[in-house]
Parts: sequence; C-alpha cells; structure tokens
Amino acid sequence: MAEFTMPSLGADMDEGTLVEWLVAPGDPVRRGDPVAVVETAKSTIEVECFESGAMGRRLVEPGTTVPVGTPLALIEPAAEPREEPGEAGRPREEPRVPSASRRAAPAPAAGAGAGPAPAPAAGPAPPRAPAASGAPEHGAAEAGPLVRHLAERSGVDLGSVHGTGPAGRVTRADIERASAGAAPRSPRVRATPLARRLAAELGVGLSEVTGSGRDAAVRARDVSGAAARRSAAHPPQRPATAAARASRPPGEEAPGMRQAIARLMTRANRDIPHYYLSTTVDMTAATDWLHDHNRRAPLPERLLPAALLLRAAAVAAREVPELNGFWADDRFTPGEGVHLGVAVSLRGGGLVAPVLHRADTLDPHALMAALKDLVTRARTGRLRGSEVSGATITVTNLGDQGVETVFGVIHPPQVALVGFGRVVDRPWAVGGLLGVRPVVTVTLSADHRATDGAVGARYLSAVDRLLQKPEKL
Amino acid sequence: MNRADALNLVKESITQVVPDADLAALGPEDTFRDALEMDSLDFLSYLEILGERTGVRIDDADAPQLTTLSGSADFLAARVT
Repeated sequence: MAEFTMPSLGADMDEGTLVEWLVAPGDPVRRGDPVAVVETAKSTIEVECFESGAMGRRLVEPGTTVPVGTPLALIEPAAEPREEPGEAGRPREEPRVPSASRRAAPAPAAGAGAGPAPAPAAGPAPPRAPAASGAPEHGAAEAGPLVRHLAERSGVDLGSVHGTGPAGRVTRADIERASAGAAPRSPRVRATPLARRLAAELGVGLSEVTGSGRDAAVRARDVSGAAARRSAAHPPQRPATAAARASRPPGEEAPGMRQAIARLMTRANRDIPHYYLSTTVDMTAATDWLHDHNRRAPLPERLLPAALLLRAAAVAAREVPELNGFWADDRFTPGEGVHLGVAVSLRGGGLVAPVLHRADTLDPHALMAALKDLVTRARTGRLRGSEVSGATITVTNLGDQGVETVFGVIHPPQVALVGFGRVVDRPWAVGGLLGVRPVVTVTLSADHRATDGAVGARYLSAVDRLLQKPEKL
Repeated sequence: MNRADALNLVKESITQVVPDADLAALGPEDTFRDALEMDSLDFLSYLEILGERTGVRIDDADAPQLTTLSGSADFLAARVT
C-alpha cells in the first residue's frame, strides 16, 4: 500500500492546498498520471502519481491545506490477489527506493537546508523497519512483511487483528478494517535521534515536519524550523475557501506569491555567497541561422533566439557539470541530467520557474516546442508537479523586457543561474576592423561554495563557443 | 476580407493570447505588443493564431507591421481574400 503525499513543488513550498481530485476511488492510476490538483502559494499544479495501482481511500478532503509530505490518499496495488501462505516472508514488491524517488529527487524539500533528498512524493520510506525482516514479531498473528509494515504504519496492533486469510493469516484488508476503526495514529516517521529528542522537547509532531535528510528523514533543524514556523502563528491546517480562489482576477499576483518569492530569495541571499561573471557573445552566426531557418519554416515551426540560447545553456551545463546540481549538507551533488529551470514572468506580477527536463537532449526545435507549451501553461493553465520541480540549473532571459544584462539570484539548492539579455546591434571589432554585430550579454551567478570563478569562466566560454555553431546545436 | 472583419479577428486573436487584455484602452496606432507586455513568445503565438485563422502566410519581415491594431487589420484586409 503506497501513500500519495503532498509533494514538494519547489524550495519555497511548505504547504499546499488540495483543490480537487482528478480520479475517483477505485479508478486505476498509472505512474505519471495526474491525480489531483494542488494550489501552492505561487500556482495551481496538477500533481502526478508516483505509483501504479488503483486509487484507494482518500485521506484529505479538497479545500484542506496541509504541510508537504502529508499523505493525501492511499494507492492500492493494481491487482489485489489474496496473500498466499507460500508468500510468507517474501516481499511482494521490491523495495521501491530508487525508481520512484529518482524522478522527484531533485525536488528540494521545504525548509532551510533542503537538499536533493527524495521528495515526500516518492511514497513511503523503504521498508527498513524490523517488521520487514521476515521474523514474526507479534507472536500470535501470522502476516506477511508488507502487511506487518502496513499495520505498523497504520498504528494497528497485529495481535488484536482477526485474520481472515488462509489459515487465519492477517491480510491487508484486515489491517485496513482495523485501522479504519482504530483512532488514527501518526505513522512512524524516519527521524534522527536528536530530532526526536528536540521534537519531544518542543512539542512538535514529527509527522508534521518535512524531513530534509536522507530518505526524507527528519533532522534536528527541520524540527526547529517547524517549531519556529508554528510560533509565528502558522496553523498547520486551515480550510481554503473556494470563494477566495475563484475571486482572484486574472492578471493579479497570486496571494502568497510575493511572500513565497521573498522567503526563497532571502534564503538565497543569506546562504549563498554569489559570484558574478559576464561576457558578451557575438550572435551573428546564430541570428543568420535563425533568419535562414525562419524564412523557410511555417509559422508554428519558427524559432526564437531563446531556443538557441537555452540549448547552449543546457549543453554547456553538461560540459561543466560542477554548475549543474545542488548544494546541500555542505557539499555539492551533481544533478542527474540537465534539467533547465526557466524563469517565466507572469502577467500581473510574480514569476514561476518551470523545468525543461533533460534539456541537453532536446534540439532547438524540441526545446522551442517545450518552451512554448510550458510558458503558455504557466501563464494560463496548469503545470504539472514534475514540471515545477527538479531543476538543476536555472536560466532567466530578460531580453524581451529590453534589458541588456541580468545578474540573477540563484534558486537554492541549485548552484548557478544563467542570465541572457537582449540581442542588440553594437559596434564590434572583428579582425582589426570595426563592424556592427548583433550581440548578447550572457551572465552567470554562481555559488562560491560549490565552484570558483575559473569554473564559471569555463561555462561562459562554452556558451559562447556553442552559439558560434548554431547548426550544430 | 473587409477591414472591420479583419479588425475583429485581430482583437479576438490578441485576446486569445492575453485573455485579460484591455483592448478598449488601446489606440489603433498603439504598439500593443508593448502596451500588453507581450513577450516574443506571446507575439509569436499571436502571429500563429492569425496565420491559422486566415491561412495567410506571415513572414518575419511582416512582423513589424503587425504590432499595432490598424497595421494588423490593414495587413489582413489586403492579403486575405
């Protein structure tokens, strides 16, 4: 039995409001299907399921605001065969740490020091509890390890459950029945010993804390962070009124958007020692190539300079992997693949940074199509959970606003932000002569904890070199 | 296509890209691309919508003419039969 939990959809997200369910209990769901709509401080997002199976019991009603990591519903295994006696001690499923969590891995957990720990959306912690060892624990009741694990998580005493399976074995259904009747108890939360002690001292429920440690384990600083938030009169649950949601006129900044940006940027400025580099790139080759392509292409296939700039930024990030990843726990973790966050300004104010996954593998045409789709949905419709989390490096392009140079603030826990300005005609010396060339200023803001200026310089020269050969991009 | 129809089609297309655009506040010669804060992606979408709805070919070189209401309407009135 897997849990579908409130995912972390960005480093600035502590909680989310369940707006609606997209599937009914009993409906089959596949990994990657959107199953619910969640509203964060910044946007409304369709959240995908990380398990395949059938939608089980719902634990949270629409309109409820809950902290990241809170179970929202149960996902039942697709086919639910009765447990056979021969299966004793053998887990029916592989412990599903890597596959389910990898996709969500870069999604930073909320709170200070969040790192590339698997996001809560990855499902329950792997069954490392003693219950999974296969040795009978509670003596009397015969039950498979998964059932025991479920019992533990649901707070059900196995010894008190009447088994209805073959030979009196306790089945999942028995546990569910028992747990439905029993007072809900918080599932056991992975936490460090210090965190447990601190939580007891501060009176913080561990299950309400988002863990930033390995496998989303709660660490001491998560607990103190939660305590601080609580003392700031931040109720963990409050019903969101439908009226408040519906009444927001289009083009007005989402409530909470400013605060969410403020929190994240304050953290970035406080924690990250930025260094800044800038270079001017001759865009003659790129512009000529674009004009030539656009002259022949039908409108829907035309490319903007942004497609080439993003492509160059992504390929350069692959070439200089020291800038592509996360800083957490006082060390750098390289990203798996290049996932390019793209800062998109919203009409009426605010911005979101949806993610072009594996951007280094997309050619300019595919990038352009993906960019159009993401930007349109960021501004008018809905983004999906996987599309707002997991960026390994972010690009901001203020060229359209007429800006020539942008030195951005890094989105923690990432370690670099690339800025593109406007492509402008400028006097340019070529081969001892002065000419007028289209040029663009490319900047890099980088985390000095993770890299030094020489690495950043390598990145900018890679971008320059790549843009000189647009036909190879 | 007569000019009134062309102007309507232009306005509808803009609204499709910028749903909350205040077209009443827009003069015929105002550069709506700036007034409505359309970025290059928005403007490309606008051109795509015009192209889809009229079937007319729009080249990069035509773009400067298509940044105002009257310029866009004149363009369509002249090209769309």
